[in-house]
Amino acid sequence: MRLLTHNMLASNVRGATTGYPLKLEASNWCTKEVELNADFIRGLLPKIDWRALVATTRALGLPDLLPDEQPPEEEIFAKGAADVEGSAIRRIHHALLEIHVQQGSLTCPDTNRSFPIDKGIPNMMLHEDEV
Amino acid sequence: MPRPEFQAPPDVFYNESEARKYTTSSRIIEIQASKRSTSPSRISERALELLALPNDGVPKLLLDIGCGSGLSGETLSEHGHHWIGYDISKSMLDVALERETEGDLLLADMGQGLGLRPGVVDGAISISAVQWLCNADKSSHDPRARLKAFFGSLYRCLARGARAVLQFYADNVKQSEMIVTFAMRAGFAGGVVVDWPHSSKAKKSYLVLTCGPPSINTSLPKGKGENGEMCSDDDDDESSDEDGDRTVGIYERNRAKKKQKTKKNGKGKDWLLKKKEQMRRRGHDVPADTKYTGRKRKSYF
Repeated sequence: MRLLTHNMLASNVRGATTGYPLKLEASNWCTKEVELNADFIRGLLPKIDWRALVATTRALGLPDLLPDEQPPEEEIFAKGAADVEGSAIRRIHHALLEIHVQQGSLTCPDTNRSFPIDKGIPNMMLHEDEV
Repeated sequence: MPRPEFQAPPDVFYNESEARKYTTSSRIIEIQASKRSTSPSRISERALELLALPNDGVPKLLLDIGCGSGLSGETLSEHGHHWIGYDISKSMLDVALERETEGDLLLADMGQGLGLRPGVVDGAISISAVQWLCNADKSSHDPRARLKAFFGSLYRCLARGARAVLQFYADNVKQSEMIVTFAMRAGFAGGVVVDWPHSSKAKKSYLVLTCGPPSINTSLPKGKGENGEMCSDDDDDESSDEDGDRTVGIYERNRAKKKQKTKKNGKGKDWLLKKKEQMRRRGHDVPADTKYTGRKRKSYF
C-alpha cells in the first residue's frame, strides 16, 4: 500500500465519525521507483491531507522528508524543480507514490479497530456487527 | 455452467483454484482484437472509453472495484493512470500480487462502503462485480442496504463531475432496475448503456454514472451495435455523439419467445432470409444470399 492510498483511506466501522486519519504502524516497508509526473501531482495535491501525510512519513521514521507546512505551489511547481535532487516535488512524489508499506496495521482513530496489512494489502473487511 | 453468482459468495467462489483459472483461462484472458471479445481487458478498454476522461495526457487516480487479479487494472496502467483496486477475494488479490500489478490493492467488501475521504477520486470502473451485491450470501446481508452503502460511498469519494462506469450482468430486469434505482437515489445522473443488445453472448451492460446534477456532459453515450450495426465491422467509429438522450434503457434478458409459423413444406425462403439476417446482426459468419438459398434439394439426391 502506498501512502497515497493511505491518505485517501478512512475506516467505515460503525461508530466512527470520520474514521480519519488511520494510524499507520509499519513493521516492514520498501521503496519502488516510479516516474515523476508533475501534472499528476498538481491535480492530486489539493486532495491530499498534508498533515496526515506528514504524520505518516514521521511514523515510518522519515522525520525530514516533508516539512510541517505544505510549501507554496510556486515553489513546488517551479520550472526545473522536478529534475533537482531533493526538491519539494521530488520529496512529495517519493512520499506519495514510491513508499510501499508491506506489513503492519491501520488503526481507526475513533473506535481503535485495527486493520492488518499483509503483503502490502490492507484488510478492510468488517465483521457483521461493525457495519 | 451456471453463472458464478448462483454458486457461492464471491469470497468463497473465487478460491485459490478458481482465481488461478480465471487468470489463465484462455476464454477469459483472450486478448483478441475482436470488438465483441468478452475478455476483461476488452471490457475494461470499453469502460475506460465510456469514462470519457479528458484527453490531456495527465494521469488520473481511478478506482477499480472488484479488481480481481488485476486484469482490468492492467488496462488502466497501460493508459498511465494510477489506480486503487478493491476485491473481496484474498486468493484473487494474491494472484494480482504475483502478476505484479501496479495499482494498490485493498481487501474489502464493496457492500460495506468504500471507506474513502470525500471527493478524492477522478473516476471509477468496475468489471462484472456490481451484480454480486444483489445476492444475500449471509443472513446479515440485505441487498438493498448493501447497494445503498456502495453507491453512497462511491458518490461521496468521487470528485464533482467525475464518472463511474460499472459493467454488470443482471440476472433479470428487476435486478437491473434495482441497481439503477439505488444509483439514482445516491445522487448519480446517468443510466445503462448496452453494447450489442441483439446478441446474447456479446451483450454487455454498462452503468454509466456521473457525479453531480445532470448537465450536457451527463448525457449517455450510445451503445455499440444498437441500430443493427454489424459486430464484425472493422471500422472503430465510436458512435458516441452526444444527442441529449438521457433516458435509462433497460433491456430484458429473457425475451418472450414468439410463436413460429410453419408451413406444410418447410419454413420457406422468407423465414430463412430473416434468420440469416438475424445471425448476421449477431456477428456470426453467414454465407451470402444467392439464388440457391432456401431451395429444396432434388429428390434423386
